[in-house]
Amino acid sequence: MNASEFTNTLAATAALEGSLRAIVGPQHLRSTVEADAVADVRPRIVVEPATEQELTAAVRLANDAGLSVIPRGGGTKLGWGNPPARADLILSTSRLNKVIEHPWADLTVSVEAGCTIEKLQATLAHHGQRLALDALWPARATIGGILSSNDSGSLRLRFGALRELIIGVTLALSDGTLASSGGKVVKNVAGYDLQKLATGALGTLGVIARAVFRVHPLPKTSKTFSISTQIFEESQRVLNAVQDSKLAHTALHVRAASDALPLVDVLFEGTEAGLAAQEAQLKKLLAPNALLDSPSTVWNARQHLWDNSDSAAIAKLSVLPCEIAQTLENIQRLGAQYRSHWQTIIEAFGIGWLRLEGSPENLRSELQELRAQLERESGSLIVLHRPPTLPPFDAWGNAGDALPLMRAVKHQLDPKNTLNPGRFVGGI
Amino acid sequence: MDAHILRELRAILGAHGLITSPEELRTYDSDALTTFRAMPRAVLLPSSTEEVQAIVRVCHREKIPFVARGSGTGLSGGALPVENGIVISLTRMNRILEVDLANAQVVVEPGVLNLDVTGRVEARGYFYAPDPSSQSVCSIGGNVAENSGGAHCLKYGFTTTHVLGLEVVLPDGSLVHLGGKTLDAPGYDLAGVFVGSEGTLGIATKIILRVVKRPECVQTLLAAFPSTNEAGAAVSGIIAAGMLPAAIEMMDNLAIQAAEAAVHANYPNCGGLLLVELDGPFAEVEALMSHVCEICRANGSGEIRLAQSEAERALVWKGRKSAFAAMGRISPNYIVQDGVIPRTALPQVLNEIEKLSKAAGLRVANVFHAGDGNLHPLVLYDKRIPGQEEAAEKLSNRILELCLAAGGSITGEHGVGEDKKKMMSKMFSEPDLDTMQRVRCAFDPLQLSNPTKVFPRPRLCGEKPGEYVPHPLETAGIADRF
Repeated sequence: MNASEFTNTLAATAALEGSLRAIVGPQHLRSTVEADAVADVRPRIVVEPATEQELTAAVRLANDAGLSVIPRGGGTKLGWGNPPARADLILSTSRLNKVIEHPWADLTVSVEAGCTIEKLQATLAHHGQRLALDALWPARATIGGILSSNDSGSLRLRFGALRELIIGVTLALSDGTLASSGGKVVKNVAGYDLQKLATGALGTLGVIARAVFRVHPLPKTSKTFSISTQIFEESQRVLNAVQDSKLAHTALHVRAASDALPLVDVLFEGTEAGLAAQEAQLKKLLAPNALLDSPSTVWNARQHLWDNSDSAAIAKLSVLPCEIAQTLENIQRLGAQYRSHWQTIIEAFGIGWLRLEGSPENLRSELQELRAQLERESGSLIVLHRPPTLPPFDAWGNAGDALPLMRAVKHQLDPKNTLNPGRFVGGI
Repeated sequence: MDAHILRELRAILGAHGLITSPEELRTYDSDALTTFRAMPRAVLLPSSTEEVQAIVRVCHREKIPFVARGSGTGLSGGALPVENGIVISLTRMNRILEVDLANAQVVVEPGVLNLDVTGRVEARGYFYAPDPSSQSVCSIGGNVAENSGGAHCLKYGFTTTHVLGLEVVLPDGSLVHLGGKTLDAPGYDLAGVFVGSEGTLGIATKIILRVVKRPECVQTLLAAFPSTNEAGAAVSGIIAAGMLPAAIEMMDNLAIQAAEAAVHANYPNCGGLLLVELDGPFAEVEALMSHVCEICRANGSGEIRLAQSEAERALVWKGRKSAFAAMGRISPNYIVQDGVIPRTALPQVLNEIEKLSKAAGLRVANVFHAGDGNLHPLVLYDKRIPGQEEAAEKLSNRILELCLAAGGSITGEHGVGEDKKKMMSKMFSEPDLDTMQRVRCAFDPLQLSNPTKVFPRPRLCGEKPGEYVPHPLETAGIADRF
């Protein structure tokens, strides 16, 4: 940005502040503080609309004024994606935080974007239900943020990712259009599935105002077993055996680290009688490997990758399910080559998380090499968390031959590039 | 269409890949919803992705609208040709290209039949889960276009859940890959948008499907109730008990009679019949099924039968899956609807349907996926009686309005197509529909791919690449430019 552009932006922001204040009320507009920075880029103001109408009006005003908007929920994953090319205004959904409707007997729930997953789960639990998703930072992470970042954990094996759980969405587009797709029923093929388009779009197409989900019954009981393995090939054999069996497991992953032997964890949910039978079958299937009873906390391993992670890089991996062992071997080999400390969790369906610690230059080379290897095998590596010392590194990698089409979609819905500019794939 | 274009298309496909004679074209003038008919100028039968691209490039250059077609079993007029346009039939692209059970994936061409996917993997204990009633004849390409469901999608999800990736010929003839063999590829979930877009965003030429492992055990129960009200209460009880059956289907007396007449499914004669299927590990299914039986009894079921063999189970399903066709046994004509309601609105909506049916003097048979509230009311009429067809159409639209008033949808699995596009403005606001059309503009700025479907009024996109030539839809007064 040159000096005259900067002055123009400053003037536009000042003019905008008055209009925004009139919309949301003076107490819900404030200047940013250091903690509001997004990947070291500090926007100027934070706006907290309380209704969809206020949200829409705020986005439209910013768009008209040529200012960029960073939508923010709990701010837990705000560093994901590339640093914003511009960041003028943070649009916080913190006041849009209601569970709108939970018609439990219809197995659906409508919720505002700023509601935390913990609050939503507590509401659903009143009727013995849940959103079948184990998201990161449940106490702070919001529905809008989880959707935009397409966060999902181990339960995805049985219940699918958010794309399988979301049945309706309402989006505020940058020109002030408030548009809904889907609906409030689980089965519905009327119109385009914009709820899937918004899921994982990192807020670059529209600001999610509300969402409707299908929900599932809470399990009656659950049980976790761990299987200790010596080498990655053995872990893969265990994963394959369980996946290829007639067991009805809810989650299955392998945990490994540069300083620990790989462990496979498996989760069962159901009736007491059902679980006892499955345990017996699992034991038979995996003999002579022993089954260890494990606490349900092993399913928090993904969250723990972020513990004291200031100097670590954390990436999301996607690999073919049968290439998990090969991927682990690559991680181990590169770790040895670059003298990094690593920890990883890879789900049986091929999505994994990797934490790397080492010298910044080495981390960069290691991530690059691993990404290249994964992309050769039709996989991907997305950097979620970077240490401040890591040299610039594209978060996304190769978006394939559909990138021009993605740009066209972005151009149609956000032609002035107002929303989260520069944060998504290919500079979107 | 000029003769030189037909010559060019013939050069791409050879004489056997092009149909232009009026007698042969008639086969393609409608899909399974025969109330809508339109004659295309030509039907093209490509055998490869390259041929599809070559055809679409010609269409793009000449601004000729085209409609992709699979087996033509759709029930919403989605494959209805554009008058004098081109139909691209994908039935010759019917190869299963890859079976990769280590990763639980199968790669197919769009003309592969739904049931043939299961056929290729069942020996190894896998199956392809989406099971529309037409699964023995419908194609995967058509399933992708419509995001087809079926009785078991309550537990297993719809086509979109089972499509990992797509190779797509865009309406300008270029080729893109959406999604892929691994999950969460970087970028927008365009595969998620493409599935269910009813052929309006391009043509899928390869589809990567997810297959799933057969459960250890499947049990199917028939429970007879005095009326659909008690049957509906039993469904609520099952859901409230925290169970997620593989399928819950309901039929009313008229539907039972028709199914009996057609396939002798040996259904009990009752006011409301419930079919509940549970699958999973044996011990789990045993425990849950006894609970389901208790719930059915507590809600007034006088007769409960558990299918005792695979043959019995197959017969139970045959009756249900042939319910539409069976209507021919009890009525000369019928209209099938596909509305969805929040499941708990069932008793109220069924009562309303009954009132409307009485007022119109037309019988309505009800067959539905009770677990997810997807109704298939069948409005019975006799075309030979003057005025009955119109009355039936009116009644059928009123039923959809009831579904919308209850907070539901105009279509659960058949698609909008030609048939329900007018209802779209009752379900969605103008900004909703405009936003969807903006996405369409990104894929198909010239609006050539199945251009007249889904939306009540097509909107042409702002960009006008090259010299401005009026779109055929504009000339015909069907669409505006914006």
